[in-house]
Amino acid sequence: MIERRPVGTLLAHLSLVLGIVVVAFPIYYTFVASTRTTVEILSPPLPLLPGDHFLENYAGALFGGVGRIGGVDVMRLLFNTTVVALAIAAGKIVISILSAYAIVFFRFPLRMVFFWMIFLTLMLPVEVRILPTYKVMVDLGLIDTYTGLTLPLMASATATFLFRQFFLTIPDELVEAARIDGAGPWRFFRDILLPLSKTNIAALFVILFIYGWTQYLWPLLVTNRNEMNTIVIALSKMISFADAATEWNLVMATTILAMLPPVAVVVLMQKWFVKGLVESEK
Amino acid sequence: MFRFKALLAGTAMALVASAGSARAATELQWWHAMEGGNNEVVEQLAREFNESQSDYKVVPVYKGKYPETLQAGIAAFRARQAPHIIQVFDVGTGVMMAAKGAVKPVAEVLREAGATFDKSQYLAGIVGYYSTTDGEMLSFPYNSSSPILYYNKEAFRKAGLDENTPPRTWPEVFEAARAIKASGWACGYTTTWPTWIHLENFSAWNNRPYASDANGLNSLTPKLAINSPINVRHFQTLADLQKDGSFSYGGRTSEAKLKFLNGECAILTESSGGLADISKSTIDYGIGQLPYYPDAEGAPQNTIPGGASLWVFAGKTAGEYKGVGRFFQFLSQTPIQARLHQVSGYLPVTMEAYQATKDQGFYDKNPGRETPILQMMGKEPTENSRGVRLVNLPQVRDIQNEEIEAMLAGRQDAKTALDKAAERANAAVEQAARAVAK
Amino acid sequence: MHRRVLFPGTLLPLLLVAPQIAITSVFFFWPAYRALESSLYREDPFGLSSTFVGLENFREVLSSPGYLHSLGVTAVFSLSVALLALTAGLVFAAMADRVLRGRTVYRTLLIWPYAVAPALAGMLWLFLFSPAMGTLAIWLRRAGVPWDPLLNGDQAMLLVVVAASWKQVSYNFLFFVAGMQAIPRSLIEAAAIDGAGPARRFFTIIFPLLSPTTFFLLVVNTVYAFFDTFGIIHAVTGGGPARATETLVYKVYNDGFVGLDLGGSSAQSVILMAIVVALTVIQFRYVERKVHYA
Repeated sequence: MIERRPVGTLLAHLSLVLGIVVVAFPIYYTFVASTRTTVEILSPPLPLLPGDHFLENYAGALFGGVGRIGGVDVMRLLFNTTVVALAIAAGKIVISILSAYAIVFFRFPLRMVFFWMIFLTLMLPVEVRILPTYKVMVDLGLIDTYTGLTLPLMASATATFLFRQFFLTIPDELVEAARIDGAGPWRFFRDILLPLSKTNIAALFVILFIYGWTQYLWPLLVTNRNEMNTIVIALSKMISFADAATEWNLVMATTILAMLPPVAVVVLMQKWFVKGLVESEK
Repeated sequence: MFRFKALLAGTAMALVASAGSARAATELQWWHAMEGGNNEVVEQLAREFNESQSDYKVVPVYKGKYPETLQAGIAAFRARQAPHIIQVFDVGTGVMMAAKGAVKPVAEVLREAGATFDKSQYLAGIVGYYSTTDGEMLSFPYNSSSPILYYNKEAFRKAGLDENTPPRTWPEVFEAARAIKASGWACGYTTTWPTWIHLENFSAWNNRPYASDANGLNSLTPKLAINSPINVRHFQTLADLQKDGSFSYGGRTSEAKLKFLNGECAILTESSGGLADISKSTIDYGIGQLPYYPDAEGAPQNTIPGGASLWVFAGKTAGEYKGVGRFFQFLSQTPIQARLHQVSGYLPVTMEAYQATKDQGFYDKNPGRETPILQMMGKEPTENSRGVRLVNLPQVRDIQNEEIEAMLAGRQDAKTALDKAAERANAAVEQAARAVAK
Repeated sequence: MHRRVLFPGTLLPLLLVAPQIAITSVFFFWPAYRALESSLYREDPFGLSSTFVGLENFREVLSSPGYLHSLGVTAVFSLSVALLALTAGLVFAAMADRVLRGRTVYRTLLIWPYAVAPALAGMLWLFLFSPAMGTLAIWLRRAGVPWDPLLNGDQAMLLVVVAASWKQVSYNFLFFVAGMQAIPRSLIEAAAIDGAGPARRFFTIIFPLLSPTTFFLLVVNTVYAFFDTFGIIHAVTGGGPARATETLVYKVYNDGFVGLDLGGSSAQSVILMAIVVALTVIQFRYVERKVHYA
């Protein structure tokens, strides 16, 4: 058993609390703003405690603001965003774990070519090659489709890279033992690799879900109907620094609401992180 | 469970809605960049038009901020998926005008739709900006604004200034700013859109050239004239005031409005469109016209509009253009224009709408709301005030902003800043013109 | 970097990589090829006229002082962001690994910033630090700090570095936590029995065993700092004041999106691709040698 030093633990708690104060402050501030009026928000400094317009603002955001300004109701937006986020997360994980498996555990012709083909896509986000990519979408008839919203965003290699990194740490002995037991590639993948990858899959799922949830420029470009909008687009529709009056109280409330589903995913995924691979081995 | 049902219901409703819309009506896509309250207005206008007839259905689509909307339109045009109507911001006007094969002039669209297009029905300063040199209107002015002066009456009282007399000239503004700062107020004067207000409109309003060849109307490669003595004097004063705190720089676009809204700065030059926010605040404000220099010959001349206009893409069918024409006719109707003008700070496009608003007594109840219109129509526009027509105005504004910021940070004086800005902008204009020229 | 024990077969692995290669080819290589092509042309935005100009776009880009300036800004910015975000993520993860009580709460709270859309993150930072409406900006100035990122380039840089790191800390934290969970408890216990204190255990066991994760995060953070930060820069400083925060990607975006200079912007993308390809190769070839795999 590892010794527990009360002072060390206290120090850890302290630094975590301090870290959270710094890291979560902008979010807290947004929450405070979401309980106040537009006039208060625009007359800084804002007091550090929530105001008394919580119900009013959140009800306004849920049952009026977003729909009135965006032209589509919140449920539809949340549904779209959920579909997009889930599809991107699931699709990318499946595609990536398969290709990482092939690259790490097999030796086959052109392996290095594929390796570099995949890892060169680590860079260059959609924004930088937007015109030609858009042309591809039109040629394939993918405008205003969920496929168009998600497929191009699965093309990045970060997830493949993560699985590769993890697979490389799996002891050769484990693979050898499996082969001696007569396990083929498929059984090894299903019975050994997949369970071992749980923590990483969970972490990736969270990250990719949020990545999909927060997309802005791509959905904006490839959708031409309000019904295909995502929540982030609807939110940016509400915000104007220029000529229009912005209902900042509703913007802030909606910002907080739009954060809740990703946060819920984090909370739901928590138990997967707690179980490290060693514990599950025992 | 309940939430899931609601989701399903939402989807089903959306499906029904989209199935319903697939009927006979010709769909017209309208891409725009309107946010906040203005987005509601767009949705409402489309709804009213669609309910007023059954042949056409205008579908407004938000495509992000102005540059994003333009980029989306360009990408779509290149992929042969262009919308019918696209809203392009003022600075994109030069880009659209140079793209002759990509746009269909609005005057033509209106003519083909059987509308009698009479230029004199429209506000000269606005229509002139969106027309060719021979007077053909290329785009439909949707939201036009003009820079005006807002001031905080409380600050004026505190500084012992007359709260009912806004400063009319730049020297008066600077003097008031100093007095306000001296009275203990945090900041005297700030401005939004430094390039639009202090270079483009500054030139037009003082009847000075912004660039050669009628500000670029007659040539693709005009030379900028923004470093003349009057410009240098103006910017040097701003730089000096920034140092003593009477002027406070607030950023390249409209962020400085917040310095006025939170009471920090007492005088603000900003688009008339900013009124939507300012009238909702708790500030006791007054409105004055854009300041000018009394020694500038012919000043005040007229301002040039900001905002955006609606362009029609080329390559659509005659039937679709007919629908677009009918939509523009719908938008030109006096009640619609008058309403748009009164709910936002934007200007009415037609004389009739202006007259109607006046007859309703709107300007008597809302003193100052007429100011931006008067600035735009007082005089027949000159070569200096018809508009600024550079193919790459957004890029030129970036260059100017960079040099102005370096100047306000105290790293160079006004003469150097404006000389450098002009020189760099000329090179950029030349390069951009080469891509367009055939 | 290579496994000793492998499975035989050719068809199966090819099938396994096929989906990723297909998507990558259609949505990455083809568009990248088109970018390469358009970097050799001078073209108006609408594609109505285009002239082949060879390498002139590249010459223009590379000879402009603004571009070299951006290169410097990018180096400073990317290094600072990667360093700050990685260190903070690692420290938080190590601390969260130590405590038992409240770790769920800590984890949840630390992941929140990642859930903010980049398009909105800029807005939140403006509400904190913009001189016109930022509550913290007002406090800073009341405390006598001459806070004005609108004109002071160093302050503007500091602001975007912190804002960009803030978004990435959660990501690093999460993967470090996952990595630490994967370290066999028995190893750490054995070290504890041998009398190694927490700090020594961290540096002699945990950190080396984390190196595959650290390498992963190093690469990802470099890419993030290079590419995914322009949304924040766009919203917070717009590259200003006077170009103080204009990174290479921001420049590509701005020249292409706002300046509508397609040829020049494509040439910049191509140069950027070359830089990052080089960086990736270096990272895989040299940095990875220091990585400890099983």
